[in-house]
Amino acid sequence: MNKWAAWGGYTTALELSDGEMEYSAIRNSASLYDLCPMVKYRISGADAGAYLNRLTIRNAAILAVGSVHYTAWCDDEGKLLDDGTLFRWADTEYMLCCQERHLPWLLDTAAGFDVAVAEITEEIAALSLQGPCSASVLNAAGFDVKALKPFRMARFAFDGGELTVSRTGFTGDLGYELWIAPDHAVSLWDKLMEAGAPWGIRPIGTHALDTARIEAGFIVANADFIPAHQALREDRVRSPFEMALDWMIDWDKGHFNGRRALVAERNGSTSKWALVGLDIDSNVSTEGSIIYHDKKREVGHITAATWSPATKRNIAIAQLLRPYHDQKSDNLWVEVYALRELQYAKLMLRAKVTPRPFFNPARRRATPPGNY
Amino acid sequence: MPSFDAIVIGGGTNGLACATRLAQAGQRVLVIEGRDKLGGSTAETDPWPGYRSPCLSHLLTHLDPRVETQMKLADHGLSFVDRNIPSTALALDGNHLVLTGAAGDTISGLISDADRTAWQGLRKRLMGFAGALAPFRAMTPPRLAKESGNQYLKLAQLGLGLRRLGRDEFREFLRLALINIADVLEDDLADDRLRGLVAFDTVLGAWMGPRSPNSLFLYLNRLSGEISGKRGATALPRSGMGSVATAMIQSAKTAGVELKSGAMVERIIVENDRATGVALASGEEISATTVISAINPKTTFLDLVGPRHIDTGFANRTRNIRSRGGAAKLHLALKGTPDFRGANLRSRLVIAPSIRSVEDAFNAVKYGEVPTRPVMEIILPSAFEAGHAPDGHHVLSAIVQFAPHEPKDGKESARNAMLENTLSVLEDHAPGIRALIEHSDFLMPYDIEDRYGMAGGNWHHGELAVEQMLFLRPFPAVAQYSTPIAGLWLAGAGNHPGGGVSGAPGWNAAERILSRGRS
Repeated sequence: MNKWAAWGGYTTALELSDGEMEYSAIRNSASLYDLCPMVKYRISGADAGAYLNRLTIRNAAILAVGSVHYTAWCDDEGKLLDDGTLFRWADTEYMLCCQERHLPWLLDTAAGFDVAVAEITEEIAALSLQGPCSASVLNAAGFDVKALKPFRMARFAFDGGELTVSRTGFTGDLGYELWIAPDHAVSLWDKLMEAGAPWGIRPIGTHALDTARIEAGFIVANADFIPAHQALREDRVRSPFEMALDWMIDWDKGHFNGRRALVAERNGSTSKWALVGLDIDSNVSTEGSIIYHDKKREVGHITAATWSPATKRNIAIAQLLRPYHDQKSDNLWVEVYALRELQYAKLMLRAKVTPRPFFNPARRRATPPGNY
Repeated sequence: MPSFDAIVIGGGTNGLACATRLAQAGQRVLVIEGRDKLGGSTAETDPWPGYRSPCLSHLLTHLDPRVETQMKLADHGLSFVDRNIPSTALALDGNHLVLTGAAGDTISGLISDADRTAWQGLRKRLMGFAGALAPFRAMTPPRLAKESGNQYLKLAQLGLGLRRLGRDEFREFLRLALINIADVLEDDLADDRLRGLVAFDTVLGAWMGPRSPNSLFLYLNRLSGEISGKRGATALPRSGMGSVATAMIQSAKTAGVELKSGAMVERIIVENDRATGVALASGEEISATTVISAINPKTTFLDLVGPRHIDTGFANRTRNIRSRGGAAKLHLALKGTPDFRGANLRSRLVIAPSIRSVEDAFNAVKYGEVPTRPVMEIILPSAFEAGHAPDGHHVLSAIVQFAPHEPKDGKESARNAMLENTLSVLEDHAPGIRALIEHSDFLMPYDIEDRYGMAGGNWHHGELAVEQMLFLRPFPAVAQYSTPIAGLWLAGAGNHPGGGVSGAPGWNAAERILSRGRS
């Protein structure tokens, strides 16, 4: 309680009441999270689709109006600048949401395209409503989202303004994100808290969300990778192959930033790193730990770790030097210094490479959503 | 099946040199020039009846020896009035200083013995450095990466050449290489005319003053040029600069190059990340295995290739190539013989009375202003031989520095002010010259950009300065003439070793293209 952190110029809550209870709301009832600090850009104009195809690695032109997809973008060398979600509001209007600020890069990329790029972080307030009961809460609040499929958007009149609901989220559970002009945001919050009371809706902070996102296997800029524009050390930058994002690359859509470097990386199999999920013996947190092969050779490090209440496993997201992520993954050990009554105990814990997401319930995708 | 092995965009010196080298190696080559006349800045015009005038460049200092011999330019009509025309540092009191021989190996005029001796020492030292650097001009700049095709043997020889200067001279080289010319001149010389002349020659065509950091390197670059094996030469081609263009065109034709002028390339066609040809403004499309751009890199990437085929960072680097032009060009038709207080008109006349005069002229353009007393280099082709102007008349060609490339008071008014200030300086040095003017033509850097496509009006297609030379020219990713787009190459003055009617970038690019084809 009373834990706060800076996020993109805002002060945000890490915990509002009790971290475990907040996590429990995400997985067992409904949770409400303030998403306003998320950086948002509006990209509009006749060339918006072509522009985003040049900027990002995925094909934005084929994203249907009213849909959302996860995407990422790279510098010239094919190293990740950030990942985020792309919303197609209209034929010629998109919104890009991400962790870090990129306006200079987005504007430089716009030269030669008929597009307008503007940061709209402060123009749109965002709330994230997540949990198995989130659809029931929305229905009780008067927003019928029964037919809304994952990664689709719907619009509703609210409070004299317009509310956009997208079936997206960062928890790997059933959930929605709500987008509205800031002057309607407080009444929306109140409305949801009131309608959700029977389901035990609970405001949550970032700690609970972080546990959920690790269970879902999601990565975060500046936690699981360093954006190339921020990296000071030459060897810290990572390509989409090295962050397991290469599945998004559309090789046939024409040129995009970093394509030539990525083609060379693909054809030459020159990726050095791999991103993996780990299942680790014991219940000690392994956050930030170094990973060894055969307890001797340093082969990687853990970027995010937690005890997973949903799966009852000690899980982690890690970067491993290739080929220790597959052919040589049978003898991996995590070095942990555990504080036990004023003394650190050095532990070598067995780690097994495990598919992500760690937790992937069917209710996440069910349409219509379960009536919990 | 592509129509040509190679298409060269731009029919200037470098385009012609590159095309000829490729054709000599057996390739089918097409040169496409947007203007009606081939030859780029070396072409000549007939601006007024009875007069012939150079377009931009009016002297040769850097003709690449490979271009000169392997294009057999002499057989195709290139000869020289003089391979080392004297330089006259004009003085208002008629007390001129005349430097003759390669890079001024003899001084005549009233000057102290101390300065005479000091100049010999300085000149010898700088010529030594320039000689050690000269071979770099004739090779692809090296790259710090594995398998980048560096010519290691040649590099080792060049490194050895620098070491052969001897321990003390090598140390002097390291001391001087990145220094400004003004400091060196003030250390070694006392005579203002001589200092002014060398300071002017250093920054000729550059966007820097004699006190700007690294300016000495540009003087070394000037001295590293050669004509017919003569280092530090200042040559005037017989029957004008146009004969350089004519000889190169003839040579290209003889080699089998197809030439197409008056055809503007609108777009370089890129298919599957490979350049496959060009589209002309007329709508015609011509295909080729290799597309070579001998025009400036900014236009090449930002306009002809277009941002959709290049990465954002690459586009930024291209946009940020510094390319500010500081030189204006004056052409006058004179109905009589001007008198520069007795100066020999069969010489290069330089009005740059001191280091300060050059620096002051540069100060103005930093703020987008016109200098009150511009400095200049004057040639009267008609004084050297007949055929440039009617009998008794003269044609005067002057490079005037510094002219703002982005004047804050507007282009029209800056042009008028610059012309007025130029003529007023001329009148001071040659009283009565204004009354002799029959016609005049004056080009500001932005006029040069409009007419000849040089970004910012910079005649090197990108400023020549240490941070944009060698493997940094125009920027590291494209310094070896190749580009990120397969099949697309650069061969213009925007690449190493820069502009100045040498043909060297074009020839180097052709050699690189041929060696890469073999490897």
